[in-house]
Amino acid sequence: MSTSLLKTDARTKKRNAAEARFKAYGLGAIIVAMFALVILLTSVLGNGLSSFKQTFIALEVELPEDKLDKSGVRDLAVMSKVTTIGYAPILRNALLATLAEQGIETELSNKEISNMISKEAAATVRNRVLGNPDLVGQTVRFDVLASGRIDGFFKGRVTMESAALDNNTSPEALEIAQALADAGIMQTKFNWNFFVWPDASDQRPEAAGIGVAILGSLYMMLVVLCLALPIGVASSIYLEEFAPKNRWTDIIEVNISNLAAVPSIVFGILGLAIFINFMEFNQSSPLVGGLVLTLMTLPTIIISTRAALKSVPPSIRDAALGVGASKMQSVFHHVLPLAAPGILTGTIIGLAQALGETAPLLLIGMVAFVREYPAAFTPESGLFGEASTALPVQVYNWTQRADPGFVERASGAIITLLVFLLIMNAVAIYLRRRFERRW
Amino acid sequence: MQSLTLPLLVILGLTITGYFLAKTRALQVAGGDIRKLVSLPKQHALNTVLATAIPPLAAIVLFSLYRRLAEAEGSWLFTLVVIALAVTGFALSLIGIKTETRARTFAERWIMGLLIFASTIAILTTVGIVFSMLFETFNFFEQYDWRNFFFSTNWSPNFRGNSDLGILPLLWGTLYISFIALTFAVPIGLFAAIYLSEYASSRMRSVAKPAIEILAGIPTIVYGLFALVTVGPFLRDYFASPMGLGQSASSVMTAGLVMGIMLIPFVSSLSDDIINAVPQAMRDGSFGLGATKSETIRQVVIPAALPGIVGAILLAASRAIGETMIVVLGAGAAARLSLNPFEAMTTVTVKIVSQLTGDTDFASPETLVAFALGLTLFVITLGLNVFALFIVRKYREQYE
Repeated sequence: MSTSLLKTDARTKKRNAAEARFKAYGLGAIIVAMFALVILLTSVLGNGLSSFKQTFIALEVELPEDKLDKSGVRDLAVMSKVTTIGYAPILRNALLATLAEQGIETELSNKEISNMISKEAAATVRNRVLGNPDLVGQTVRFDVLASGRIDGFFKGRVTMESAALDNNTSPEALEIAQALADAGIMQTKFNWNFFVWPDASDQRPEAAGIGVAILGSLYMMLVVLCLALPIGVASSIYLEEFAPKNRWTDIIEVNISNLAAVPSIVFGILGLAIFINFMEFNQSSPLVGGLVLTLMTLPTIIISTRAALKSVPPSIRDAALGVGASKMQSVFHHVLPLAAPGILTGTIIGLAQALGETAPLLLIGMVAFVREYPAAFTPESGLFGEASTALPVQVYNWTQRADPGFVERASGAIITLLVFLLIMNAVAIYLRRRFERRW
Repeated sequence: MQSLTLPLLVILGLTITGYFLAKTRALQVAGGDIRKLVSLPKQHALNTVLATAIPPLAAIVLFSLYRRLAEAEGSWLFTLVVIALAVTGFALSLIGIKTETRARTFAERWIMGLLIFASTIAILTTVGIVFSMLFETFNFFEQYDWRNFFFSTNWSPNFRGNSDLGILPLLWGTLYISFIALTFAVPIGLFAAIYLSEYASSRMRSVAKPAIEILAGIPTIVYGLFALVTVGPFLRDYFASPMGLGQSASSVMTAGLVMGIMLIPFVSSLSDDIINAVPQAMRDGSFGLGATKSETIRQVVIPAALPGIVGAILLAASRAIGETMIVVLGAGAAARLSLNPFEAMTTVTVKIVSQLTGDTDFASPETLVAFALGLTLFVITLGLNVFALFIVRKYREQYE
């Protein structure tokens, strides 16, 4: 072996190559993970951002007295006999009139013209008229919803080719829509109603919103906060500060770490069997949902609270005891306030987890179709006892519908959910940065 | 609910009056000289509040557990009991106020009781889970032979009766999907952890680590939608159809891949902690002998961290088996024993959801089977968790 040390031999080369390969694998793994994250987010954003916009048609609607109010004296009982079916032709005529006014020629049948307007629009107009009977006999300007297919056309979901194969729309209807849009009568604009409206039936994705779902999720978060925080903090204080080291507390500790790993759907079975079948709470109520999520979040809160309590140095406790505080006072007056930022951070992260949880809520009946905004309290159903739905469950619900317009809605609901989660986590990180203390 | 309004109002009223009465009475007993009191007036007040509120509230909680039973007997009796408890606690604690009363000690006993009660809720939850499922599972096995449940290879529930409810095809789907998820997540998660802890600069670490952890914070319904809308059609159009393996967008592969993405941060953050716990001295020793970095990692660091890594993988497996939303939206609903990963199959969790949503009849085996499935799932995941902890504890090298 008379080769120079400066010249790398075959074996060293091989080892260096192995080194480079190994490092590349690691880098590759990180790139794959990042790539997955990017694809996931762009897929959701790409599908969902359009749900925040909606196509409306500005119509001058004539509200004829002979059709809408047979009594002639604005008697609500008589007027409410005219159903949405009675309003649909009025809207169609308004659209035909607008087309004529704009000089847009059409050979479409009445049904096809009607199909351009959302089925929800008739109900909207009817509610406005019943709310203000004086409108009858006048010509009123309404911004009515365009149907899901027309809306999809302006968002790129529906094309001329797909329309040709579709029973609910046709390329001619889309051309008219384009002409109306060019005239400024049909506009796609930001849609606040998406956050306010309740769910809508299978036929009208354009009218579906997440109002009820947000309200239901909010109620559940309130229940979780009011139950999980005090119970979690109390049990962590006991386990961390007071509990003797014996078999019983060992069992509790093992139990808590195991509960944290129990699949969420099992908590749903628990909720169904105990809260609904045994204790007879109302099905699909935010109360039951909140209770189930509380039990699920407890381990998270307990684990982070115990870590926060542990990080408070013993000298604080000793000092309090030294000036005559009882053990309980030292904990409640000194340790707990110092651990509060950590506890809060853990609680927010626990809440964020609970907000995104779906599976257990399916089992306690939150998949039901709910159009009524649930009240926080009613004498008949008690606190948070009215049927409701939740944001992630609403997403699941929409994925089970046939109309492709609902995929957009589901992605829009997910973006809303992710924004909530982002805010919660940002607050948690801020709290940790701002108040965290190192001893 | 109606019956609770009056007792709650009485309790609220008594605690508020009790608070102020106890304060005044304590001062009165001491003749206005606070130094004669063993406990401060506010501690007497706290004791009164707790003694007035806790016993009746505990009674209400107990009552709500036996709600149906008590309703049959007439709830005025219950109302009376609750109010009597409140008044007794109120009166006794007020009468008990003397200069030498140790109100602080008494109040702290009440608080201790509350703390202990809170810590038993975790136990009660587990007991509730086990019993609610055991009870209905027994009901199920009275109507359906357990041998058919565990050993039949056919799953075809029929709401008119005469269903085949064999768990094997469901277990097969569950394990197949979990297997694919783990073969995807474990190498990526592990390599990511190794790179982050051994190679990455601190700047890269501060960017990449949180980014990977974002994946862990995304709700599973988001992954489910991702599988349904993006991954499923992509796999079908570019892999399954051209290769002639199937025409279904929902498949084992779809669910497995997406679940794998979900598990990456789980594996990587657990492994990262474990790799970081291996002492630097071991690495330095290896470098001193002339090993390269990758040789050190493969021959020193990984073997030292192996029990922890195995534990992490087992925990990830338990996660995968219990995962619901991704498989509900990505795997399909057909129970099938097949090897083709591009075919739709179903899992235990999917069937729990489908048997317990919609019209349910808690007397029929088709609904009750969900509880037996849930219990099986619970036992499997619990077993994996306990086994993972056991491995970590038993084989952990002690470096200190």
